[in-house]
Amino acid sequence: MKLYCLSGHPTLPCNVLKFKSTTIMLDCGLDTTSVLNFLPLPLVHSSRLSKLPGWVSKDGTVNLEKRELLDLSTIDVILISNYHCMMALPYITEHTGFTGTVYATEPTLQIGRLLMEELVNFMERVPKAQSATCWKNKEIQRMLPGPLKDAVDVWTWKRSYSMQEVNSALSKVQLVGYSQKVELFGAVQISPLSSGYSLGSSNWIIQSHHEKVSYVSGSSLLTTHPQPMDQSSLKNSDVLILTGLTQMPTANPDGMLGEFCSNLAMTIRAGGNVLVPCYSSGVIYDLLECLYQFIESASLGTTPFYFISPVANSSLEFSQIFAEWLCHNKQTKVYLPEPPFPHAELIQTNKLKHYPSIHGDFSSEFRQPCVVFTGHPSLRFGDVVHFMELWGKSSLNTIIFTEPDFSYLDALAPYQPLAMKCVYCPIDTRLNFHQVSKLLKEVQPLHVVCPEQYTQPPLTQAHRSDLMLELQPPPMPYRRCSVLNLPFRRRYERVYILPELANSLVPSEIKPGISVATVSAVLHSKDNKHTLQSVPKPPPVPPSKKRKRVIEEPPVVLAPKPLLSGAVPLEAFLATLQKHGITEVKVEETADGHILHLQAEDTLIQLEEDGTHIVCDNNEPLRTTLRDLVLRFLQKL
Amino acid sequence: MPEIKVTPLGAGQDVGRSCILVSIGGKNIMLDCGMHMGYNDDRRFPDFSYITQNGRLTDFLDCLIISHFHLDHCGALPYMSEMVGYDGPIYMTHPTKAICPILLEDFRKITVDKKGETNFFTSQMIKDCMKKVIPLNLHQTVQVDDELEIKAYYAGHVLGAAMVHIKVGSESVVYTGDYNMTPDRHLGAAWIDKCRPDILISESTYATTIRDSKRCRERDFLKKVHESIERGGKVLIPVFALGRAQELCILLETFWERMNLKAPIYFSTGLTEKANHYYKLFITWTNQKIRKTFVQRNMFEFKHIKAFDRSYADNPGPMVVFATPGMLHAGQSLQIFKKWAGNEKNMVIMPGYCVQGTIGHKILNGQRKLEMEGRATLDVKLQVEYMSFSAHADAKGIMQLIRMAEPRNMVLVHGEAVKMEFLKGKIEQEFSIDCYMPANGETVTVTTNPSVPVDISLNLLKREMALGGPLPDPKKPHDQILKLVSSEQALKELGLNEHQLRFTCRVQLQDPHSDPDTLHRIYTHLKSVLKGYTIQHLPDGTVMVESIVIKVSSSAEDPNTKVLLLSWSYQDEDLGSFLSTLLKKGLPSGLC
Repeated sequence: MKLYCLSGHPTLPCNVLKFKSTTIMLDCGLDTTSVLNFLPLPLVHSSRLSKLPGWVSKDGTVNLEKRELLDLSTIDVILISNYHCMMALPYITEHTGFTGTVYATEPTLQIGRLLMEELVNFMERVPKAQSATCWKNKEIQRMLPGPLKDAVDVWTWKRSYSMQEVNSALSKVQLVGYSQKVELFGAVQISPLSSGYSLGSSNWIIQSHHEKVSYVSGSSLLTTHPQPMDQSSLKNSDVLILTGLTQMPTANPDGMLGEFCSNLAMTIRAGGNVLVPCYSSGVIYDLLECLYQFIESASLGTTPFYFISPVANSSLEFSQIFAEWLCHNKQTKVYLPEPPFPHAELIQTNKLKHYPSIHGDFSSEFRQPCVVFTGHPSLRFGDVVHFMELWGKSSLNTIIFTEPDFSYLDALAPYQPLAMKCVYCPIDTRLNFHQVSKLLKEVQPLHVVCPEQYTQPPLTQAHRSDLMLELQPPPMPYRRCSVLNLPFRRRYERVYILPELANSLVPSEIKPGISVATVSAVLHSKDNKHTLQSVPKPPPVPPSKKRKRVIEEPPVVLAPKPLLSGAVPLEAFLATLQKHGITEVKVEETADGHILHLQAEDTLIQLEEDGTHIVCDNNEPLRTTLRDLVLRFLQKL
Repeated sequence: MPEIKVTPLGAGQDVGRSCILVSIGGKNIMLDCGMHMGYNDDRRFPDFSYITQNGRLTDFLDCLIISHFHLDHCGALPYMSEMVGYDGPIYMTHPTKAICPILLEDFRKITVDKKGETNFFTSQMIKDCMKKVIPLNLHQTVQVDDELEIKAYYAGHVLGAAMVHIKVGSESVVYTGDYNMTPDRHLGAAWIDKCRPDILISESTYATTIRDSKRCRERDFLKKVHESIERGGKVLIPVFALGRAQELCILLETFWERMNLKAPIYFSTGLTEKANHYYKLFITWTNQKIRKTFVQRNMFEFKHIKAFDRSYADNPGPMVVFATPGMLHAGQSLQIFKKWAGNEKNMVIMPGYCVQGTIGHKILNGQRKLEMEGRATLDVKLQVEYMSFSAHADAKGIMQLIRMAEPRNMVLVHGEAVKMEFLKGKIEQEFSIDCYMPANGETVTVTTNPSVPVDISLNLLKREMALGGPLPDPKKPHDQILKLVSSEQALKELGLNEHQLRFTCRVQLQDPHSDPDTLHRIYTHLKSVLKGYTIQHLPDGTVMVESIVIKVSSSAEDPNTKVLLLSWSYQDEDLGSFLSTLLKKGLPSGLC
């Protein structure tokens, strides 16, 4: 069993597991941090940006975390754990010869589609006047100014995919429900478990009858909107692959949420605007829910909240229809029947308005001061770029970062100098090191595999030994492009004995509690399922009239001879021989036992601890007599 | 031999009061717990005393599964769990869990408040009963206990309807509940994978109907409504809040849009928003088309259908009103009916079953003079129409499901005996499987023949697979789990030493050839005699027949007398003995 690690990003994993002749890709996250090397894509012409000298590029590019470590066309299935970890899917399923199936839950598919649609929309609505690619050449890249000069593997940066590729990729998705058992080629069974991180997010169990691998990715124990994490099903794993821990181990999500609210209120009261760069699904639901409770008490009732994204409406609508995938509280609301998320009420009371983009209705209905939720969190594309240009110069305004995926300083770099206030409240609900060590103690996997980042404290906090995984035995670390041999020894496989054969078995008790039966059967292997059937009886030989020498028909093997065990004791054997009229026996001692020379019969019997050898002339009656005498002393199975 | 037993307590050769007991692999499962609309006495509920005379059902049942929210499938639930006594798990899908208590409460109100029955379950009992419910997701494998697992499949029929696959070890049963194999206006078609259950328990309401009659009924319905509107009449459709009402609303809504009709459609208060809300929130359970477009246009947000106010009933001109309750026994629907009954231009369409004693039941039976409270009588002049809109699989659909699931046996329930008989014949003929149609209280017993799962050592398996031949004699030590290992390993694990018993036989042979030639002649001879055996002529001067070794040496005295040494182990005793006898007779002269 092998694990190919195609991504070094611990929260955007992409691993390939080879297990019992199946090749399973676990997630395909898309690391988009490389966009920070690019200038923002403005929605309206920006004289400032276009006047910047030198290396202007509008190449909307993303870094695909994979490399030709193995042939992607050999992948049988791709398991998706949450919608953030599927963004590279079109790169893998399209144009690589991929012919397999992708498994994901319904919310993961639907919201994943929205996020991809949004990404494509962001890229395509600002077509670039010119596109440069020569800089990807190593020679030219060396001459570029830093940090571009130092960026690694720029040749793996790819252009954004198209909507057509997204649709084609998503058409390969097969929907699964939590705890659904899916058989792969009869060899392996996979099953998604609730991971508590986002709508439809899952961990995966990959198991056969005797081996179990758990894949833990983006899990949360906090009570936010999704169904709680299923921990107990992870028990008894041989190997647990651990990815997607919190990127902000020192930031408490609840504290951050409080800070978010107070900063927001402070800015609004001072007459400023608040900009929240965020993804269109996920934490935004919690932010809106938190604000729903907060705005009355903070007397923000009249402040308009805007959510601007090509998929804003879809995201808000979809969140309300996945009752099965929500936490218990929200499910109970659906039974009433009420929408599970309070943003429905915010929309109904006109407190929250959503628009596909800043163009159109928004420009006429827009009132300040206001709060705007919009993407993309990298500040490089999407409507957020416009608001940065619009509000960046006033110190009354505030930008509040809530997504942990991008360094906020890097994100802000192209907008400097900036007068607006910056608040950094990263909210990452994924497991922290304390929670994960408790979890691992609970589920007790034999081996843990994790990204190497988790085996040492973060670089900036080298003294914090509590910010790493400490396990016994130590976890097996992986980095990008490593290939791990998982410590597994497959020893048993499941076969089915058909009832007819099972009935014919005669177990005999060898020791108390242990019975043994010999089985002779025909092994049928089909679709990786093995069955044992009775040996078919040979068709009766038609009486042949031509050949009269019936004696020469070779014997038909009916039942195989029993297996012998034990030893033949010399004295007792000699006594038995005597009883049967064999008296002239010369006994000779050898290193391993005795040789009996039956002088009258000119026969040698070699008696040893683990064997008896009878050497005689062709005297069938004598031989059979001796055989039966020896057999008397041996145990037959 | 293991057996699976199926006993209907209700719905055996009957429609209504669905309640089926299944015993499988030592587990007892109850499927549905419905009431019978046709009875007002004890026969209304299943006879739970069949399970136990005294004592709580919890001790006898491992779980209860409800297929959908119709009262003939869940109406006896609070009675069973709270009054008879059952605390075990109750499974149903999320929409069923949401909607079922509302219908139960409706049912309770009619029976207790209207008919004045006592000794009936209370609102609190409904609530307590629903607390025992564990929601099921589609395709989720739910482990009821270590051995019993259940899995729900989409069944169409009504929002949240499910078929359920019940499995213990390698034995399994599928219960369909009510299902529909063709997508309708708001729901998709039932689907199941090739799970090859030992028994498929299927409803058979439309066992003899072959064509898809639903479309025709829909056309019929629209035609009648349209005609009535055209001539300026008012149409009353008494409905229950959930289920059929939404389907008919979609039907009318799209018809109104297509025909550009202007007559108002009203939905009586109290149920509009709320009921439609369930459909909006459980949109993932509706059909593909509705699901795909719900963000742009939610099918359950009706443009033409507005909330009703009691004053509208006197408005002039045509209109269509949906009003509760569905049997015209009380409330708004009855009030409107009284107002409109006198005009022959008007029409009432009863889209569902009516209980005896209700006005709905009376007018459907053609009664034209109704006695009202006091001494007043009401002349019924308006048109009365009955139209069943329940979505069930027809005979073709049932056959299609059998083809999908490939069961080994079939049990028909939820249908009329005569129709079942017809379908039973058809199934037995087409699929050559046994088909049963037990009456209530009658038990069907099916013997299963499960294979025995054992663990085989991987080395042995690989060796045998590479060999491609029959297994020799692997061992199977019985130690709680069954294991198949090679004989060598078995002896080792048992702490026994293997004893090799070998024989070597000298055979003298007259053959005037050189030793190698003699050996080759033996090889050729054996080749011709022993067909189907592995015979090898090895370069080290031996011939191997299977694992029997034959060597040749010349006698010291006479070079023409060859001494053959045959050596075999006890495992090859038969063949060895045969060979020594064979070779003793010498080689035929014709050999080269």
